[in-house]
Amino acid sequence: MNLRRDVFQAIADPTRRAILLLVASQSLSAGAIAANFDTARPTVSKHLQILTECELLEQKQTGREIYYHINAKKMKAVADFIEPFRSMWDDRFNKLETIMKKYKTK
Amino acid sequence: MEQKTKVHAEAGKHDLVITRDFDLPVELVFRAHAEPEIIEQWMSNPYATARVLKFEGKKHGSYQFESTDAQGKVVFRSNGVIHEFSPNKKIIRTFELENAPYGVQLEVYAFESLTDDTSRLNMHVIYESVALRDQLMQLPFAQGINMAHNRLQEVLITLK
Repeated sequence: MNLRRDVFQAIADPTRRAILLLVASQSLSAGAIAANFDTARPTVSKHLQILTECELLEQKQTGREIYYHINAKKMKAVADFIEPFRSMWDDRFNKLETIMKKYKTK
Repeated sequence: MEQKTKVHAEAGKHDLVITRDFDLPVELVFRAHAEPEIIEQWMSNPYATARVLKFEGKKHGSYQFESTDAQGKVVFRSNGVIHEFSPNKKIIRTFELENAPYGVQLEVYAFESLTDDTSRLNMHVIYESVALRDQLMQLPFAQGINMAHNRLQEVLITLK
């Protein structure tokens, strides 16, 4: 089984979710997407590759640049599911854990 | 990798259970739900700052939260009343989003110590109807998209 193609695995990652949110409103080039993150460009490329492999993103060649846009059909199938809700709570609780670890030593 | 936060929501039911295991003693997980300045920290995210307007951690107490965007505009307010507040054990409270058609939900937080350094939180959330539960579950993502739109706008404005 290729986990990379698993759509829920793909959106379990906060950076990949942020990418999806970015291209939700308009298609963007890889460079424009990468400019929104502190992470290295190759890391962002890897994320784009994973999102494309599981068909959440679609590519379109325009001139020299490849533009990424959201695959609304696939996104709808995912949005109908529990995962976004779970991810939101997971993010919150991860944050809670990080914050409270600081109180532990006090 | 095993997921630390699990959501159990059966089709056609009007409730759900969120379970989370923490690498924290139960006292600290409870504190994170009992002290306004800590609640504000973990309820905030890059798109929204959470503020606790009112918090009375006691039986018959009530609370009100507010979420603002980067411009300081109020995105939403929520409030509820507290029915039970037993340190390190249990919180039972209601929750409603103000000026939104989602009704009132009942939330039962059960805190459980697993070891001296680990604990589990079990959140049972009961909604008014199946339809409201399903709608509310889809809300965070829809909101996220709106917030990303706003953020994108901010970025574009600074580029002008």
